[in-house]
Amino acid sequence: MLKITGGQIYDPANGINGEVRDLAVDDGKFVDTVVGGHTIDATGMVIFPGGVDVHTHVAGGSINFARAMTPEDHRRTQAFIRSQTRRSGIGGMAPTTFATGYLYAGMGFTTVNEAAVPPLSARHTHEELSDIPIVDKSSLVLMANNEIMMDLLEDGEYDRAKQIVAWYIWASKSYGVKAVNPGGVAAWKYGKDARQLTETISGYKNLTPGNVITNLAQMIDELGIPHPLHLHCNDLGRPGNVTTTLETMKHLEGRRAHFAHLQYHAYGGDDWTTMKSAAADLAEYFNAHPNMTTDAGAVLFGDTVTITADGPWQHLLYKLTGRKWGNLDVENETGCGIVPYTYKPSNLVNAVQWAVGLELLLLIDDPWRVFLSTDHPNGACFWRYPEIIHLLMSADFRNDCMKQLPTNIKTRITLPEINREYTLYEIATIMSAGPARALGLNNKGNLGLGKDADLVIYDHDKDIERMFGHPRYVIKAGEVVVEDGDIRGTPEGREYMIKPSFDPGTDDFLRPLFEDRYCMSFENYPVEMERIENPDIQECIDVE
Amino acid sequence: MSTIKLTLKQEPTVVLEAEVITPDNLAALTNKEICALTVYHGKRVMRIDDFFDVVGEKSDVLEMHGNLHRVRQVGRAMSRGSITIHGDIGMHLGAHMKGGRIEVHGNAGDWVGGEMKDGFIHVHGKAGQQVGAAYRGSLMGMNGGTIIIDDTAGIEVGMRMRRGLIIIGRAAKDFVGLQMKGGTIVLCEGAAIRTGAWMQRGTIISLVELQLMPTFVESGSYNPTFLYVYSKRLKELGVTLPYLPSEGSYARYAGDKAVPGKGEILVWQER
Repeated sequence: MLKITGGQIYDPANGINGEVRDLAVDDGKFVDTVVGGHTIDATGMVIFPGGVDVHTHVAGGSINFARAMTPEDHRRTQAFIRSQTRRSGIGGMAPTTFATGYLYAGMGFTTVNEAAVPPLSARHTHEELSDIPIVDKSSLVLMANNEIMMDLLEDGEYDRAKQIVAWYIWASKSYGVKAVNPGGVAAWKYGKDARQLTETISGYKNLTPGNVITNLAQMIDELGIPHPLHLHCNDLGRPGNVTTTLETMKHLEGRRAHFAHLQYHAYGGDDWTTMKSAAADLAEYFNAHPNMTTDAGAVLFGDTVTITADGPWQHLLYKLTGRKWGNLDVENETGCGIVPYTYKPSNLVNAVQWAVGLELLLLIDDPWRVFLSTDHPNGACFWRYPEIIHLLMSADFRNDCMKQLPTNIKTRITLPEINREYTLYEIATIMSAGPARALGLNNKGNLGLGKDADLVIYDHDKDIERMFGHPRYVIKAGEVVVEDGDIRGTPEGREYMIKPSFDPGTDDFLRPLFEDRYCMSFENYPVEMERIENPDIQECIDVE
Repeated sequence: MSTIKLTLKQEPTVVLEAEVITPDNLAALTNKEICALTVYHGKRVMRIDDFFDVVGEKSDVLEMHGNLHRVRQVGRAMSRGSITIHGDIGMHLGAHMKGGRIEVHGNAGDWVGGEMKDGFIHVHGKAGQQVGAAYRGSLMGMNGGTIIIDDTAGIEVGMRMRRGLIIIGRAAKDFVGLQMKGGTIVLCEGAAIRTGAWMQRGTIISLVELQLMPTFVESGSYNPTFLYVYSKRLKELGVTLPYLPSEGSYARYAGDKAVPGKGEILVWQER
């Protein structure tokens, strides 16, 4: 039992904007009143619902490959020394599992969504997720380049394909579906890419990326998955790709969709020398179409490591940088590429990327539809979110930062003309209430009665980065996990998943295909329920 | 000037991590404070005086005695002063060093001067592998300074080095100058195979014939002017580099064309 008195509450899910109220917690949930128990005096402090990261990469084959590929970062980064409450680990560009939990919780985040899990490495992903303490977790399974599903769509067997998708979601113990460069990663196995929505995918006669996207979105709606199709569009990162992104949005008109890391898909220009921001055009379209949500995928300057299932893009990035490159082809399912990268303010392309992320966050009017993310670790590491919050809340700070950009950037970005400054209420929306709603996690990002008692208490501080980087208290399921920058407790988080219904005959359909094409036997493939620690199966919903 | 003398009294049974032993750390400390400094014997936290007799205080001139082949990281990131070692020393000697001087009257382990930025290291005996090299994953090895090994050296001498000078007195093993990005390596008695593999820039000078990879292209024979200047500097370090046209010339090989790189290997050919 816990009482929190006198705090200034920002709870966008219930429309509470800075009112002083008391909160009571019992058995991990918010309740009306409690008698006895511990009391936290939060007078003069700011209370947010615990942060929710809608798109991050914290567990599984790709991030682990990134860890292995960047020993140089491990030598220079923050080390977590084992203590009574903490396991050892390291921070840096690709933090280790335990450190990931400490770092997220240390910044007031209590729920994270691992955004890309190939079914083949789902078991590995869940093992790592169970080693990320404190935060609750969910994961999305990669489907858009799955050979079995694509073959069925090519043959016009939509219904069968839908059963397969539902089967894969449950086999991977996932919470939803992620699509990465639909068709492009499959084409990469032929040394090609798929940059246009209407071009046939290499290796297929009729199937186009557009078909894959619209079919997947429809399946997800019909299956009633709470989180809509989580889409990494085709043509990521290239100048002029805004036309592909707009085309994709038009394909999905009238359907639910979440556009991941939109920053990487909002560029104008024809080549690297003429690249410019197209955030304004994209935001204008986005604002007019309420069916969509997005996360920013903002970039911050500095060292990081880029990891994505988008194999062809990572090969291009490797060719551009001449640095290290790792590539994994995940059998018939998807790909994976790893390239360490440094975003430099002096580099025109990086400067445009930095501006585009912020422009999207500032130009999209509705904070319920655009969320705080860096596509960790691609744009920057998640523990740098307070820097982005600072940039969003202070136009002066943005202008200061813009002074370090190349002088010829002015004609390429619109950021200098934007005066909007986020309020605390809006920050609470983009870092917690909004992403929780988009994920369909109704008990998260919400300080209402009966909801999960995940909250963060900040000291008022003029230094915004310090305020958001060092919360006074972080409370997870009613337990104080962080106090004054120290980890006080490391409870296990839950893992959210979904069990869509599918035809029981799907196993018999898949078995011969597996024996024909996969390196492992069918029986060993689905992740067993016993593998998941603290599972929490969510209900499917009716989608209109 | 006074000297701090560290004499090994008890040989460590496992590796002793002694990155604390640098002139920078010891210069302002009293004898008592030095004795209390932390070293790691494997995972155990120990004091310097558990292993060493410490004589002297408040000096940036260090002297070490004994069979120190399990003592690692001595002189790590030092920026001034000197360390003179009488005996064999373990791995990572002078790693990340920024200045000062280390002299070893004995052999040294692997990673001598790993990723050093400046300073001077002279090993009178043999050195292990990866002299002046980049640590695993790093893009850049040694970025300045000088390393002289009088005897032989192991594989990957100067791996990914960017600037600086490495001189190996006797034959080095495979992969000298692997992925080298700049700087100079002088091989007084040549090296084993695959010298200069993946080198992008920089110069490897060999005073004897070398087995070269097919990805190096013969591009003439000459007496570079810079070697005249260079040999003067090397003379101060006790190394004789021939340069006179009357004595011979250097055959130049450009590569590694597999990268493709713009490095060069110069092989001395006596007249």
